[in-house]
Amino acid sequence: MKNIYKVQMIGIGGQGTIKASTIIGEAAMKKGLKVVMSEVHGMAQRGGTVVTEFKIGEADSPLIEEGTADLMIAFEPSEALRAINKVNKNSFVIVNSSPIVPFTVSLGMSEYPELSVILEELKTKINHLFIVDAQKMAKEAGNIISENMVLLGAATAVPNFPVSKDLIIQSMKENLPPKSLEINLKAFERGYSQIKDCQIKI
Amino acid sequence: MKVKEILTEKEGKKLFLLGNEAAVRGALEGGVSLVSTYPGTPSSEIGNVFYQIAKDAGVYFEFSSNEKVALEVSAAASASGLRSFVFMKHVGLNVAADSFMSTVYTGVKGGMIILSADDPSMHSSQNEQDNRIMARLAGIPLLEPSNPQEVKDLMKFGFELSEKYAIPVLMRTTTRISHMRGIVNLGEIVKGKAKGVFKKNRNQYMVTPAFVVKMRKDLMDKLGKIEKDVNKSTLNKIINNGGKKLGIITSGSAYNYAIDAVTENNLKVNILKLAFTYPFPEKLILDFINRVDDLLVVEEVEPVMEKECLAIVGKHHLNTKIYGKLNGTLPRIYEYNPDIITSGLEKITNKTLKKKDILSTKLPLPIRPPVLCPGCPHRGTYFALKKALKKLKLNEEDIIYSSDIGCYALGSESPYEMADFCISMGSSLGIGCGFAKATNQKVISFIGDSTFFHAGMPGLVNAVHNKNNLLLVIMDNRITGMTGGQTNPGTPIDGMGNPAPEISIEGIARGSGASFVKTVDPFDLKETEEIFKEALQSEGVAVVITKHPCAMLTDAQNRKKGINIKYTVNQENCSKCLICIKKFTCPAMFVKKDGSVNINPLLCDGCGVCVQVCPKKAIEVKK
Repeated sequence: MKNIYKVQMIGIGGQGTIKASTIIGEAAMKKGLKVVMSEVHGMAQRGGTVVTEFKIGEADSPLIEEGTADLMIAFEPSEALRAINKVNKNSFVIVNSSPIVPFTVSLGMSEYPELSVILEELKTKINHLFIVDAQKMAKEAGNIISENMVLLGAATAVPNFPVSKDLIIQSMKENLPPKSLEINLKAFERGYSQIKDCQIKI
Repeated sequence: MKVKEILTEKEGKKLFLLGNEAAVRGALEGGVSLVSTYPGTPSSEIGNVFYQIAKDAGVYFEFSSNEKVALEVSAAASASGLRSFVFMKHVGLNVAADSFMSTVYTGVKGGMIILSADDPSMHSSQNEQDNRIMARLAGIPLLEPSNPQEVKDLMKFGFELSEKYAIPVLMRTTTRISHMRGIVNLGEIVKGKAKGVFKKNRNQYMVTPAFVVKMRKDLMDKLGKIEKDVNKSTLNKIINNGGKKLGIITSGSAYNYAIDAVTENNLKVNILKLAFTYPFPEKLILDFINRVDDLLVVEEVEPVMEKECLAIVGKHHLNTKIYGKLNGTLPRIYEYNPDIITSGLEKITNKTLKKKDILSTKLPLPIRPPVLCPGCPHRGTYFALKKALKKLKLNEEDIIYSSDIGCYALGSESPYEMADFCISMGSSLGIGCGFAKATNQKVISFIGDSTFFHAGMPGLVNAVHNKNNLLLVIMDNRITGMTGGQTNPGTPIDGMGNPAPEISIEGIARGSGASFVKTVDPFDLKETEEIFKEALQSEGVAVVITKHPCAMLTDAQNRKKGINIKYTVNQENCSKCLICIKKFTCPAMFVKKDGSVNINPLLCDGCGVCVQVCPKKAIEVKK
């Protein structure tokens, strides 16, 4: 068996999941690792579920086998459950605690469970669950839109994450507009420290 | 990475590229001079990159009005000795098919690559057609890359192959290749010729019966020669994992799943990975079949190679068992993934390979269909038209909404439900004409600006000439929206980013002789409703052009200008009538568990149209 690190990201169109994935991928490339990634574009652009999957290491298909993701970053709580088949109970799962309720719920066409119910469900199934209030942290950093960088920071602090914080920051600098970099770095640091601090307690 | 780096980075450097971006770099390294397309997912990003770099690269690039025109533009460039590249989504090749087939007959001078981005599992398409079959129908050499590096390398190879045999080359990607990101080693960019010269030769370029009879034979001769190349090509390789019980023949994205499944499960299976796949290399296949007892063919999405392998086995009276789609080892439809291949291997080996507890949840999850964006002008069009129909007491059952390919296909969703029929680009008009003749129901056709230029114009002419009674709503959002915002003949900019004549849709509608033609801004709900009422009461072909820029455009402009207006609900004034939620349905608006209506500031684009919808004037600018 080869050493492959598998990351599943899931969010809603417009949340910046693809950007966060690309930053990790380029950082892995800088480290000299092989990396393959799959993005979904097109009709999901806004409002729909956006998934990126990638494998760092000697793999050819970016699509992750069920139950084998090492890390999942869910940009929205209900979306963590949607992709739960990709992880196992020992995977690391980072979940943003801000729900995005689609119009189908307001129209009575579908249901959105209580946030506490979703988080409880995740807790019972996942041993290493990190709940991150990315919206609040992004707001504190200066822009609500930097949620993706909070979650990226959180991911970078997860044990066994294959790329160093320095390389991720370098990759951020090359992928983000210079004028928003400061806020994005602040957001990143907030996410990073939350997970680093949590781990002491584990 | 910045998009410009696809052009500016030097040989020897590595970039983390999307398959589509790698196609651009490959074309540049292959010395391309002219590039044309009509946008279509999953090929769209190729055009988006060319749009940004063509000028600096010294390459001519255009968003043509449709795929057929795009292919013809490239074919003429090749006939003039330039290297050309035309790309489209798989169904775009149907639009281009007439000229596609003929260009294979005439052949080319400068290298010509036609890229078809297929969409197994139909992530954003109307069908799952496998254009490897189109390659066989046309008799065109076919390349199937498995990752971005191969996309880039095969572009270069494709130009050389095309010139060697004076034949265009088809490259077939799938969504998972077009939208796969991987590390690409860059080569040197070669500057293509700026202009070519066309040397007259009717024998080669006039597809009249007098000449095509010979062209047909020449094509078969070329394919015979090319097959010899394919048999020897180093692009097709064997990955030897030891063992000889089972061999896998695979190509494209399916190869990635096959190799990962074999590796993860530590199986001793040899794999023949094909990248140069048509003409199908009989000798190579035969040699491989002779190395193994049984064969599994792993391909997306039709059993194309599987049938060819069966033919080879039959022709040579072999006993090799062939597993694949036809005997139920692998699913017949939709895209694969490593788990699917593992399941297939379990069936063949009679062993359980997967021993995993798959987590699942019983909680209900919210449905997230793709929706019209916050600030989308189409929402105003639907809202106003619904009101006009109600005022005129027209019954929904008596109306047929003939819609089209584009964002307005999302109009089929609740609460608008104003799309009943849509089959292809431009079909809103042809289908509308048919319903107008075949029924007494009122026909309302919807089409966007880009789709109107693409294939709607012949339908409009048909509607007027054949004296149909229908309302045509042209939703002109000043852009090709659903594919991510490309220019089209109605925008004042061309594919090079230069100023260009803006084709007037209203002028075309008037020129066609439509009895009623009016343009309105759908952000003005009242005015739009009034014009719809007028149009619905007029006889013949009534054309209403609802013209307002796509929210993607206005959002980008607002960001640039630093405009950041958000709306909010004044809870004291709100009567919770829910008209905004149930009739207007902007995705930024939602009802909290306490029943209050709220606007998500992250999603609100500040268009303010909801203010006109609220009877209590409860929606106001957020301070």
